[in-house]
Amino acid sequence: MFTIVKREEMAQGTVILNEIEAPLIARKAQPGQFVILKANEEGERIPLTMAETDAAKGTITIIYMVVGKSTAVFRDLQVGDAYQDVIGPLGKPTHVEKVGKVLCVGGGTGVAVLHPITRAFKEAGNDVTCIIGARSKDLLILEDKMKAASNDLRVCTDDGSYGHHGFVTDVVKAVLDKEKVDQAVAIGPVPMMKAVCAITKQYDVPTLVSLNPIMIDGTGMCGGCRVTVGDKTKFACVDGPEFDGHQVNFDELQTRLRAYMEEEKACYDSHCRLVGA
Amino acid sequence: MAKNKEKAGRVAMPEQPPEVRKRNFDEVPLGYTVAMAQEEAARCIQCKKPGCVTGCPVQVDIPGFIRMVTEGDFTGAIRYIWSQNALPAVCGRVCPQEIQCEGECVLGKKGEPIAIGNLERFCADYEREHGTGALPPQAQSTGKRIAVVGSGPSGLTVAGDLIRKGHDVTVMEAFHKPGGVLAYGIPEFRLPKAIVAQEVNFLERQGVKLECNMVVGRTVTLDELFEQGYDAIYLSVGAGLPRFMNIPGENLIGILSANEYLTRANLMKAYKFPDVDTPIPKGKNVIVLGAGNVAMDSARTAMRLGAETVRIVYRRSREEMPARAAEIHHAEEEGIELFLLSNPVRYLGDDKGRLTGMECLKMELGEPDDSGRRRPVPVKGSEFTLDADLVVVAVGSGANPLLTQSTPDLGLNQWGYILADPQTGKTTKKGVWAGGDIVTGAATVILAMGAGRSAADDIHKYLEWGW
Ligand SMILES: Cc1cc2nc3c(=O)[nH]c(=O)nc-3n(C[C@H](O)[C@H](O)[C@H](O)COP(=O)(O)OP(=O)(O)OC[C@H]3O[C@@H](n4cnc5c(N)ncnc54)[C@H](O)[C@@H]3O)c2cc1C
Ligand SMILES: Cc1cc2nc3c(=O)[nH]c(=O)nc-3n(C[C@H](O)[C@H](O)[C@H](O)COP(=O)(O)OP(=O)(O)OC[C@H]3O[C@@H](n4cnc5c(N)ncnc54)[C@H](O)[C@@H]3O)c2cc1C
Ligand code: SF4
Ligand code: SF4
Ligand code: FES
Ligand SMILES: [Mg+2]
Repeated sequence: MFTIVKREEMAQGTVILNEIEAPLIARKAQPGQFVILKANEEGERIPLTMAETDAAKGTITIIYMVVGKSTAVFRDLQVGDAYQDVIGPLGKPTHVEKVGKVLCVGGGTGVAVLHPITRAFKEAGNDVTCIIGARSKDLLILEDKMKAASNDLRVCTDDGSYGHHGFVTDVVKAVLDKEKVDQAVAIGPVPMMKAVCAITKQYDVPTLVSLNPIMIDGTGMCGGCRVTVGDKTKFACVDGPEFDGHQVNFDELQTRLRAYMEEEKACYDSHCRLVGA
Repeated sequence: MAKNKEKAGRVAMPEQPPEVRKRNFDEVPLGYTVAMAQEEAARCIQCKKPGCVTGCPVQVDIPGFIRMVTEGDFTGAIRYIWSQNALPAVCGRVCPQEIQCEGECVLGKKGEPIAIGNLERFCADYEREHGTGALPPQAQSTGKRIAVVGSGPSGLTVAGDLIRKGHDVTVMEAFHKPGGVLAYGIPEFRLPKAIVAQEVNFLERQGVKLECNMVVGRTVTLDELFEQGYDAIYLSVGAGLPRFMNIPGENLIGILSANEYLTRANLMKAYKFPDVDTPIPKGKNVIVLGAGNVAMDSARTAMRLGAETVRIVYRRSREEMPARAAEIHHAEEEGIELFLLSNPVRYLGDDKGRLTGMECLKMELGEPDDSGRRRPVPVKGSEFTLDADLVVVAVGSGANPLLTQSTPDLGLNQWGYILADPQTGKTTKKGVWAGGDIVTGAATVILAMGAGRSAADDIHKYLEWGW
């Protein structure tokens, strides 16, 4: 059993943090890797990135947005409760090296995925500028941590309630116009990653993205997570989840993420009716 | 049951009628009664030089156990089978008997061979339902620790053999449930999961430790296992890498590998969605590519999930279909259509990225190829299209590199399978054995178990005498 030792709510309860006992995984995990969690016997296998790991304490931390049935079931778990299954660490770790100037861009819960990667780039001796965005101030997460993990943090909100009024892409453009950037990292909703990559491509800045296709096993045995990168089919769970953003077919990814939309909606609605939410 | 049965005829096992079973997930063949089993057993003429035994990859003493069935000693019969085959409830159900034991039964020359698989299944089921559950005798503890990686039939066999020889055995499985293909691949209607769970439980009662959620190579490496004090490791990770056709349109929504489709259905129990949380596409017009057991299982699953049409598209002819004869027969009875000598060329989709159909070419058989089978060659201008909102690709599988990539000193062949001595299962890495599908490529349950048994013998020798 994988017991929850700490739980926090963020972004008005839409985003949840769980610190979970998983000593074997905590010992091995590296930035960029993810786990698959299953709450109970009937549960779905859900991939989530490790936002933090503590090898000494034997814990891993996940930060997830409640978007459907399984994440709603996760939300109900309290400190002392346990996930039935946690599997990992999965995926390739981020390739981190000293390149000079790094630009990290995160949107929504992508910021949670971005955090350990940002920190790793800074620890490797890079000058890291970070741009994070959310729809509004209440939904922004991890601002303090991102500030600590980077040399310069810029914040954007879609509604202008905090920081720059507008999308992260505006600020990305502004930064690239002023400075030479050696490496970019963009993690967030698919349209955001696509837009950031379109800009960094114009400036010829290599850009890492972390892809989130629908997964089942996370070990390369089903092929459900296939994505097209540079006209080749890749399995995101073992070949990724990080890829060269300039090669990724984002439209296909976005389409494939909708594969089970009808089923997911029916499942979530009936769950909400049951718990009276 | 008919009293005056023709001499040559075998006692048929009762089955759910096709019209009923094609919409439920309950097991299809219902099992023999005691009387049926004894009547069938009585047909065996107890050959002095039994062909059936040579046909069985692990040489089960078939006339020996059948005699005990005739005598009503079912407990003796199952114990006797166990001495050669650790999972008779499974093998009785899934072995391709027609090309193994039953294929060599002398009675098959004139009439119908003895229903050896059915009898093996009967003995195992009888023991499960009426047996005492007593554990087999176990040697004194040796203090040696063995890690078995992968909990399919090969790994389970090694675990059972070595625990009885007094060693301390831990089975590590990447999935959250043990059983390998028996759990995630072969459907409930062919192999009830309660049987697999019971076999695993039997091992646990004997002291085998089971650690699920262990992706060896990621959660822990082989060298770390040795550092932790394991004395030997057996690798039985199967051949779980899905193969696709690499034709245009393959990433449309609605095209799944058989691994994904069957894992959703069996391991995740998605056929009970929304009572469980994992969804599965319910196709209206389903096409399955391939003609092995995996293809039959996928097609029959699609039918049970409510499909209107289920078609199997295969580029060779009926004779070359690799599936068990019984499964092809069952599939056809359930209304699954065969499109033989047909090969997919491309997938068709709509503007939402969803699959709508498939274009195929007709094939004809040409000269024999390397495998000795006549090579299918396309017929010019024979394109035709089939409607489909779900295609399950069951054209074979390969070696998953996840574990082997993390173990550079493990010798592999050109296809990525682990090099192992065919007699002993020894790999190129000291203290490491391998067997089952990860050595041979996708094969059968009984071969995977046979490899496990020889490796267990050799591991035992090593633990006593050294490498
Ligand atoms: C490698 C990886 C890392 C991820 N890391 C994070 C993270 O750190 N924080 C976070 O909030 N989210 C993360 N996600 C996304 C997260 O897995 C999905 O939000 C979650 O699975 C939704 O499940 P649900 O049942 O609650 O919602 P549903 O209503 O079932 O699905 C909502 C949407 O989530 C996506 N989704 C559904 N099932 C899966 C699945 N099995 N695998 C992947 N996506 C799915 C689909 O696009 C779907 O439309 C990650 C995904 C991947 C692949
Ligand atoms: C759908 C289907 C139907 C079939 N039908 C039949 C049939 O009717 N008759 C027949 O004889 N054969 C059949 N087969 C073939 C048969 O099931 C296999 O040959 C047999 O299961 C191989 O056994 P194994 O122990 O080598 O591997 P598997 O059964 O494949 O088990 C391997 C296990 O190792 C685990 N694993 C993989 N990597 C790791 C890792 N890194 N760390 C930890 N664990 C890992 C896997 O999750 C899996 O549980 C069928 C196969 C399929 C897929
Ligand atoms: S193990 Fe398989 S091949 Fe051998 S006797 Fe039993 S059913 Fe036949
Ligand atoms: S070959 Fe047939 S008849 Fe002869 S012993 Fe075997 S099962 Fe019996
Ligand atoms: S999730 Fe199954 S192969 Fe990636
Ligand atoms: Mg879901």
